[in-house]
Amino acid sequence: MVDTTIYSARKIITMNPARPTVSHVAVRDGKILAAGDLSELETWGDYKLDETFADKVLMPGLVEGHAHTMEGTLWRYVYCGYFDRGDPNGKVWDGLQTIEAILERLKEAEVQIDDPDAPLSGWSLDPIYMDNTRVTRADLDSVSATRPIGVLHASGHILNVNTKALELGGLMKTGINHPGIPLGADGYPTGELFGPETMTPIGVHVGFNRSLTDSDEQGLRDFAKLCVRTGVTTITDLAARLDDEGIEAMLRVTGEDDYPARVVPLQLFMGATPKEIVDKVVELKARATDRLRLGRIKAVADGSIQGFSARMRWPGYHNGAPNGLWYTAPEQLAELYRLALGAGIQVHTHTNGDEATEMVLETLAPALRDVPSPNHRFTLQHCQLADAAQFRKMKELNMCVNLFANHHFYWGDEHYRLTVGPERALRMNACRTALETGVPMAIHSDAPVTPLGPFFTAWSAVNRLTASGRTQGEHEKIGVEAALYAITLGAAYTLHLDDEIGSIEVGKKADFAVLEDDPTEIGNDNLKDVCVWGTVQNGRIFAASKL
Amino acid sequence: MTAPLPVTVIGGYLGSGKTTLVNHLLRNANGLRLAILVNEFGELAIDEDLIEAEDDDIISIAGGCVCCSFGSDLTGALIDMAKLNPQPDHVLIESSGVAIPSAIVGSVSLLNGFCADGIVILADAETIQRSACDKYMGDTVLRQLADANIIVLNKIDLVNKAHLLETKRWLGQQTNGVRIIESSHGIVAPQVVLESFLVQKSLGVLHFEASNLEMMTITLREPVDVESLAKKLADDNLGLIRAKGFVTSLTGQKNLIQVVGRRWETSLAPDSTLNGIVCLGFKGVLSRQNIEKIGNVAS
Repeated sequence: MVDTTIYSARKIITMNPARPTVSHVAVRDGKILAAGDLSELETWGDYKLDETFADKVLMPGLVEGHAHTMEGTLWRYVYCGYFDRGDPNGKVWDGLQTIEAILERLKEAEVQIDDPDAPLSGWSLDPIYMDNTRVTRADLDSVSATRPIGVLHASGHILNVNTKALELGGLMKTGINHPGIPLGADGYPTGELFGPETMTPIGVHVGFNRSLTDSDEQGLRDFAKLCVRTGVTTITDLAARLDDEGIEAMLRVTGEDDYPARVVPLQLFMGATPKEIVDKVVELKARATDRLRLGRIKAVADGSIQGFSARMRWPGYHNGAPNGLWYTAPEQLAELYRLALGAGIQVHTHTNGDEATEMVLETLAPALRDVPSPNHRFTLQHCQLADAAQFRKMKELNMCVNLFANHHFYWGDEHYRLTVGPERALRMNACRTALETGVPMAIHSDAPVTPLGPFFTAWSAVNRLTASGRTQGEHEKIGVEAALYAITLGAAYTLHLDDEIGSIEVGKKADFAVLEDDPTEIGNDNLKDVCVWGTVQNGRIFAASKL
Repeated sequence: MTAPLPVTVIGGYLGSGKTTLVNHLLRNANGLRLAILVNEFGELAIDEDLIEAEDDDIISIAGGCVCCSFGSDLTGALIDMAKLNPQPDHVLIESSGVAIPSAIVGSVSLLNGFCADGIVILADAETIQRSACDKYMGDTVLRQLADANIIVLNKIDLVNKAHLLETKRWLGQQTNGVRIIESSHGIVAPQVVLESFLVQKSLGVLHFEASNLEMMTITLREPVDVESLAKKLADDNLGLIRAKGFVTSLTGQKNLIQVVGRRWETSLAPDSTLNGIVCLGFKGVLSRQNIEKIGNVAS
């Protein structure tokens, strides 16, 4: 006898325009057998009626198209962020609004560590919300002068350390001449370290080792808990080095019976030739499982706008900072694109500045002439500063875009005031332009850079509020319906997964976000507050309260 | 305490001949144990006949040299290099075509146990001016040139004399007169690229016939004002490309002087060292007399 379960719900939002809302969904073998009313579903024969979700709202399982599994690992460190944020175990940590409060929380954590030499690590510090007050080594010395301490900034590009950590790293000396290491009046480093090349030598002494971006097994499990709590059933890891050990670990953990998410890790294009990377990913693709979708590449064209390392077209940075850095040369990208198109491997490319976006568009165009691939779905990731003409070019090239809607809230004020100035700040993450131009679009959190939570991301795209409460770019707001599409089918499309997930209709994976509130009724202002009960992934039920 | 491990950065845009130069140095290492760090192993990164053994991240090369790819973690790779047994004599970083070399030197300067031995930038004589005007990469190419202590102007065999002169004039303008060494097929006297070659006894003389370079050892027996001497050795008009050696300071201490292009550095040295400065410079410009004169003025 076949095993069919029919779930009833207060409302099921299907994202299938043929029948946008239904009352019941039938699940068989982890897949959706049918969505409709009970009398329609009963025609499939024997079933078990499950009323667990009778008072809940179901949506397609949410898809996060740009995150990093590292978020799971970071929660083992002390949260020092400005905004309230939930951890994998469901505890919501209060945001800390003063340096004193941060030091207080670090002190509380410090006394709980038995080993006197063990490092104390914190994360998600962001002084821009505190009038840019800089944290110094003296501040952290007040937590402990004998134990190495390091606190990573929210951007991931700055590390604050105490004197002990500087000593262990051999940098507690005068005469250092490095743009990434500011010196105090006494000639010694202040304890702020900018950029990976200054962070790495000290990072190893404060718990941030070289392979931080590669999540470990516990990190992967914790990451998945966050997925359940935020309604996410498919999530990307953008990007990973994917060494043999890492792949084995990911296969093992995602293969565990109760692992609740589908992880899509992208191979980072760095430290190998285009041919080596494409060959490797072709092999990886063959090892993919349902819950570990190997077989995609991520390239990085430039840096970040708030770090002034993004590549900008004229007139450049608003504050006159010199243009940013290229991380990959056009010639290398051109070769990567050609080889990947030829092998049927998808490439996502990080661009932040509009010059980087332009370079990618101009590089992909000839590659597509050489290797015509109508369904390539190559995706621009972040692509924060693209203008309308660039979206038109994306459309011409059949590209997709995944815009960083959350960035607008967290750093929008900074972009307006400092990095790109008012006019360009208004067009950043131009969701409406993308949709009106017909470019397939997703929106993302880039967790851990900003918190994982697609309803918050959707809220950001709908309201375009900045942290200070200003609406920035009225014209680029999108409606709730479009935002919900972006966090389901929109993101699934950028991963070539829209045939399997992203909507509730026959034949697709039984992946649901189980909600207490109806996101289509809660109102634009409250979209971020949609309460998530948990998820159903491949027909398996995961209640956030039981993780 | 062991002497710090010298690190040279070889930079330049894609296609300027960095890999060819690296192979040329490996072929002429002459007993010096070089550790080459490359961003990635290209398809033909190291000439096959030089390779003794290959591992995922490290290639062993005839004569005790090694080559490693560092990917995204240069700092980590450098720390690994310093742990090799036997330790290499010199580390050479072949930076990626888009890297800003001074940033790499900045990272090296933060690590204990290493010292920077200058930035050598390769420029393709045929294309460098065009690359410098490239819509996307132009400013990166100019930043690389501006970072150079020495520019190796490569592939001069592919251009006519007028083009070469014009390119050198242009480079002079861009870099405010940095030392330019001409080369074809990446062949250049190893002493130009790595200071360690300068003082390696077995190498002795320049063995590249076509070279317009000259080496000499100057011994200043009288005490000198060390900093003033070093500064003068780096003067553009002296025709000096690199210098390394020992002098006695006015207070009677032994000092090490290191010069690469316009960059100079002095440090204290053990009393037992013998005075003598090895100088590498342009033939016909570099003169023993001039250097000795500087020494006398500085004393």
